[in-house]
Amino acid sequence: MAKRKFLGVLGFGTGLFAGSVFYRRSTGRRRDRVDVYFDDGSMMSLVDGSPEAEKLLPVARDLIAAVRR
Amino acid sequence: MDAAQALADLTEISSQIEAAVLFEDDATVVGSTLSDAPAAEAFARAAAKLLADAAAFRSSDVGVTQLEASTQEGSVFVVRDETRLIAATTGPSPTVGLVFYDLKSALRGAAAGEAQSAKPKPRPRRKKEPLDGEA
Repeated sequence: MAKRKFLGVLGFGTGLFAGSVFYRRSTGRRRDRVDVYFDDGSMMSLVDGSPEAEKLLPVARDLIAAVRR
Repeated sequence: MDAAQALADLTEISSQIEAAVLFEDDATVVGSTLSDAPAAEAFARAAAKLLADAAAFRSSDVGVTQLEASTQEGSVFVVRDETRLIAATTGPSPTVGLVFYDLKSALRGAAAGEAQSAKPKPRPRRKKEPLDGEA
């Protein structure tokens, strides 16, 4: 009886955890970033907050705003 | 297919693309979906700057082939081939692979159209005139 109760609580806890992860992933704020692809096949991902991204992202934001103006 | 036709096909095929500009290495606009010419020129210059600034982050002599800048408001894509570049904007969370594919197809289409029009047209065949002894 105690074992069944324990398994029930464990199942409920696992479900709650999985649900919260899924919810955070689907509604979470994506970070701005720049993905740069080079001709040697390499790729560089620059996330918002890095000095490189701080140089590129304002230009990109201006471009998007200019198109919608 | 010229640049205008390639861009028209691009916006028809890809509903994600809001605006696109085809331009040369020196940011000279070849074609644009923007109706305003100065806006298209400014767009091309900014896109060329994005690519040049991104290339500067690598110390080696490696060029940038494509770039995606993703923001909360939307994304900016820049793709280059041997001679030309194409830049486009989309809404937020676009299908990145599909947009890159469509932009490369537009670049190829525009290049193929130019090559076709640059080819010398074959001279029309002259009707063979009958020789004196014939007919």
